[in-house]
Amino acid sequence: MFNRDRWNEILEALSAKPLRTFITAFGVFWGITILVILLAASKGLENGVKKGFGGMSTNSMFVWANSTSKPYKGLPQGRFFNYKNGDVDAIKREFKDLLYVSPRNQLGGFRGSNNVIRGTKTGAYNVYGDYPEFIMQQPMKILKGRFLNYEDISQRRKIAVIGEGIIREMYKPEEEVLGSYVKINGVNFMVVGVYKSISNMGGDAEESQKQIFTPFTSFQQAFNYGDVVGWMAITAKEGVPITDLKPKIFDLLKSRHTIDPKDDRAIGNFDLYAEYSKINGLFVILTVVSFVVGGLVLFSGVIGIINIMLIVVKERTKEIGIRRALGATPWDIRLQILTESVVLSLIAGMAGIIFSTGIIAIANSILDGIPDSSQVMFANPSISLGIVVAALTILVVAGLIAGFIPAQTAIKTKPIDALRTE
Amino acid sequence: MIEIKDLHKSYKTGKSELHVLKGINFSVKEGELVAIMGSSGSGKSTLLNILGILDEADSGTYVLDGVPIKNLNETLASQYRNKFLGFVFQSFNLINYKSALDNVALPLYYQGIKSKERNEIAMSYLKKVGLETHSHHLPNELSGGQKQRVAIARAMASHPKVLLADEPTGALDTKTSYEVMELIQGINDEGKTILIVTHEPDIAAMCKRNVILRDGLIVEDKYITQQRVTANV
Repeated sequence: MFNRDRWNEILEALSAKPLRTFITAFGVFWGITILVILLAASKGLENGVKKGFGGMSTNSMFVWANSTSKPYKGLPQGRFFNYKNGDVDAIKREFKDLLYVSPRNQLGGFRGSNNVIRGTKTGAYNVYGDYPEFIMQQPMKILKGRFLNYEDISQRRKIAVIGEGIIREMYKPEEEVLGSYVKINGVNFMVVGVYKSISNMGGDAEESQKQIFTPFTSFQQAFNYGDVVGWMAITAKEGVPITDLKPKIFDLLKSRHTIDPKDDRAIGNFDLYAEYSKINGLFVILTVVSFVVGGLVLFSGVIGIINIMLIVVKERTKEIGIRRALGATPWDIRLQILTESVVLSLIAGMAGIIFSTGIIAIANSILDGIPDSSQVMFANPSISLGIVVAALTILVVAGLIAGFIPAQTAIKTKPIDALRTE
Repeated sequence: MIEIKDLHKSYKTGKSELHVLKGINFSVKEGELVAIMGSSGSGKSTLLNILGILDEADSGTYVLDGVPIKNLNETLASQYRNKFLGFVFQSFNLINYKSALDNVALPLYYQGIKSKERNEIAMSYLKKVGLETHSHHLPNELSGGQKQRVAIARAMASHPKVLLADEPTGALDTKTSYEVMELIQGINDEGKTILIVTHEPDIAAMCKRNVILRDGLIVEDKYITQQRVTANV
C-alpha cells in the first residue's frame, strides 16, 4: 500500500497546486497547533498549582484537637483535650494502611513573641518538634548538614534544623552555621542542618523559610510538654485514600478521649487529599475542555480539507476518468484520495505539532528566566508523548474522514461520464 | 477478436428515450484496422465506448478475445480495460502534471509493475513513437501531434489486444494527422487489432475496412485497399 510509486503519485498530486495545498494544510496546522498549545497551557497551569504543594504527600491529613461540642458520659460540653503519645502508637497499631503518623508540637506561631536568641540577636520563629519521617510528608531541601534522625529521638538530643531565612537574620555572612547554638525559650539547641522550603502553600513562603525543627522527644522534654501531642500529620499508603480511612481514625481517637461518637467538631482536621482531589478534578475538566475546543478548531481544518478534496476530485474528474480507462480500479482511486488527504493532514499536523512545541519551548525558556518562579502559577507547560500520539491518531482519523466523502464522489462517477467532462 | 451480436443501447433523457444502437452485428478478426464512420449522432462513439467497456449495452452479447463482457463490476471492468484495451482519445487525455514517460507508464503502474521495469517499457514505447528525447517533457510542452503520439505509446504500453481510437486525428491538422496515421498503420502492420472512430474520409481510406453507421445501424461494411500514408506525404 505504501510503496514508493504511491508516494510519488501523492507528492505529484499535492505539489501540482502548491499554494492551494499549503492553504488547505494551514487549517489543520492551525487546529493542531491550538489543540497542543491549549493542552500544554492547561498542563502548565496544573504544574504551577501543584508545584505549590511542594511535593507534599497529598494523600495526607492533619488532625488537631478542638473543644468538644457535645456532653458525653458525664463530661461537659466545651471540654478541651489533648492528644498523647499513646494515640500515635494506637493509630499506628490499628491502621496498617498508613504510611506515616507524625506527631507534631509547635512553639511560637502567628504574631508570636521573640523566642529564639543567638548572641545579641533575637527573633520570633515557629519551632516544631518533629519525627524524622516528617520530611517525607513535606519535602524540603537540606542545604547543609542533615535532617532529624531516630538517634536524635531516642537520645532526646537537643539539636535543631533551621531555615535559611533564619540564617539571613541571625548569622553574619560567611559565619559557620553547623555546630553553632541557638537558644530557644532559654534552652540551647545545636544546629545540625539547614533547610530550604520548596512549598509555597498558604501564601506564607517567607515564613516557611524561617522555621526550626527539633526532635519531637527533645521538644517535649525541653519545653515541659509531657506526653502531649499538638497535632498529627497522617499519610496513607498509595492507593488507599486517607479520606476513606479518616472516619475510622476519628472513631478511635473519640473512644480514647471519651468523646461522643456523634461529635463532629471535637476533632479538627485538614484533608489534603480531598483538596488535592478537587484541584485534580478541575484539571481533568480543563484537559477535557482543551481537547474539545482544540478538537473543534481542528475539525474546522478538517472541513477545509473535505472542501478542497471535493474541489480536487471535481477538478480531476477527467483525470480520474482517464485513470479508470487505463485500468485503475475503484479501490485504486479511493485509496489514492484517502492517502492524499491523510498525508496532507498528517504533514500539516506534524508541522503544527513541531510549531507548537517550539512555542512551548520558548514559553518554557521565558518562564525559566523569571527569577522568582515560585510566585508564578504556571510552570513547565508540556505535552506528553501520549497526547502527541493521540493528536496524530486524531489527524489520521480526520484525514480518513476528510478523504472519504470526496473518494466516494470520485468513484461514483462512471468513467464514461468522467471522460466526457471538460 | 471482437464478436458483437444484436447490440442495443438507449439513453434516457428526461421522459424521452433515445435509442442509439438498434441491433449491431459486427465482428473483428485479429490484425484488422477498422474505421467506424458515420455522421454525428449515428452511434459510433457509443459503440466504441461499449467496445471499450466504458459503457454497457442494454441487450446483446459482446465477446472480447473469447471472454464474454457482461455484468462486470467496476473492479473487473477496470482490470479488463487494463489488460485487453488501449485507448486513444481525440483530446489526447494525458495527465498534465505527469511527464510523457510517466503518462506512458501509468497503465503499467496499475498492473503493479515495479517502477524501474515500468520506465524501461515506457521508454521503449516512447522510442517507438519517436519521442524518446521528450520523455521528461510535460504534456503542455508538446505539440498536438506529439501529444497524440505519447497517447498512442500509452495505449500500447500495457500490450493490449485491441487499440481503440476515438477521432485520434480530430484535433490535429492534416499533416500531423497523417503522421499519426502512419504510426497507427505501422502498429497495425505488427499485427495489432485497431478500431478507429472517424468522420474524415481520408483517414478512413487509410484503414483496411470501413464500417459505416447511420441511425444506430450498420449500413455498410466493406474491406478496402489500404492507402499508405507514405505514398501521400
